[in-house]
Amino acid sequence: MKYVDEFRDAALARRYAEAIARMTTRPWTLMEICGGQTHSIVRHGIDQLLPEGVTLLHGPGCPVCVTPAESIDAAVAIAGDPGVIFCSFGDMLRVPGHDGSLLAARARGADVRMVYSPLDALEIARETPDRQVVFFAIGFETTAPATAMTVVQAARDGVANFSLLVSHVLVPPAIEALLSAPDNRVQGFLAAGHVCTIMGYWQYEPIADRFGVPIVVTGFEPIDLLQGLYQCIRQLEDGRAEVENPYSRLVRREGNRTAQDLLRRVFVVQTQRWRGIGDIAESGFGLAPEFAHFDAGRRFGYATVAPERPSECLSGEVLRGLRKPVECPAFGTRCTPERPLGATMVSSEGACAAYYRYRRPVAVPA
Amino acid sequence: MCLAIPGQVLTIEGNDELTRQGRVAFGGISKMINLAFAPEAVVGDYVLVHAGFAIAIIDAAEARETLDYLAEMEAEDLS
Ligand code: SF4
Repeated sequence: MKYVDEFRDAALARRYAEAIARMTTRPWTLMEICGGQTHSIVRHGIDQLLPEGVTLLHGPGCPVCVTPAESIDAAVAIAGDPGVIFCSFGDMLRVPGHDGSLLAARARGADVRMVYSPLDALEIARETPDRQVVFFAIGFETTAPATAMTVVQAARDGVANFSLLVSHVLVPPAIEALLSAPDNRVQGFLAAGHVCTIMGYWQYEPIADRFGVPIVVTGFEPIDLLQGLYQCIRQLEDGRAEVENPYSRLVRREGNRTAQDLLRRVFVVQTQRWRGIGDIAESGFGLAPEFAHFDAGRRFGYATVAPERPSECLSGEVLRGLRKPVECPAFGTRCTPERPLGATMVSSEGACAAYYRYRRPVAVPA
Repeated sequence: MCLAIPGQVLTIEGNDELTRQGRVAFGGISKMINLAFAPEAVVGDYVLVHAGFAIAIIDAAEARETLDYLAEMEAEDLS
């Protein structure tokens, strides 16, 4: 496929690995923010091409993984209402809340449907005016414009039986929270390319300045990832801390203005809870007052967020780059993709699931 | 979740600013995609698609530069 195959060129990947090895003189710890990048790195073995001493930590950028269990509990409760059709992206269905997952709710008879786009949920609402249709709006800045457009269309057309359970998260405040933590080890970041497609990368310039870390806007294919790593390590070796954008075929400094205008209209920035990490100020989107009547939490009476309950799962430490999945005692034993304890084992972009799929020690046949 | 894939715009329908859409081909299959966030897209352009929306037009010249980047760096280092 065009714009995919040429960015998987094995010979070019090898040349990048050699170039990185030539220029690396010291150990460095880098973090990729986005779960899609984690998946691609582990799948293509990019981390194994890096020189010894260069460590890649996997960041909190899997929206499915950081959606708080309390939001899933609200989703399960709302889906249990017999008058409701509950629509969600597929990867959210298996994530456990405190009282099971949406898939378990469906097994109990709830009408839970998987959709590819929030517009599909709105379409279901138009076709089924006698039922309440609720969309579980999760995702980063990449996905929020799709939600915003759906809300605006629903408002314009007066679709009264449609509402949304909104749990959108924002990347820059999470990066700042990671860098401000006393136990932070991250020296350079690969910024999430598709988030930057929408938001641009000017927001990262003050972060790079303030914390003295290079931030490189990076795509998802092997060549994109290797180029991002190359530029990030090169900056570290040169003692620079700048924002660079090798993902320029898709990202411009100012981002997608049309999408940003709509985000500003539909959402307000608010404190958001991240699963395993806790509350981060100004790190999420809620519906603006003009659109508050589309808030499913309000419509169904689940407005409050309960305190986080303790669990055996260490995904909070995995998401902050403090531990690798294989360092969790439950990994691969009490916790597997079939019986996940935490969301990082459920989503294919979660670090635990990526390691389970591609990095489990396999028995060598005799 | 943030998976977004490149596809080529085959047709464009309507000019309503919220619902402008078009058929986009991904390898062998094609799908109707909302083009409201890529208002400059024309037939033949490659766009990046996420959750039913085109979120950016792919810049062919920049793509070429990315693929040539390492060779340029290596040439610079030798000179
Ligand atoms: S292996 Fe399972 S229990 Fe351990 S951190 Fe990952 S998701 Fe949580």
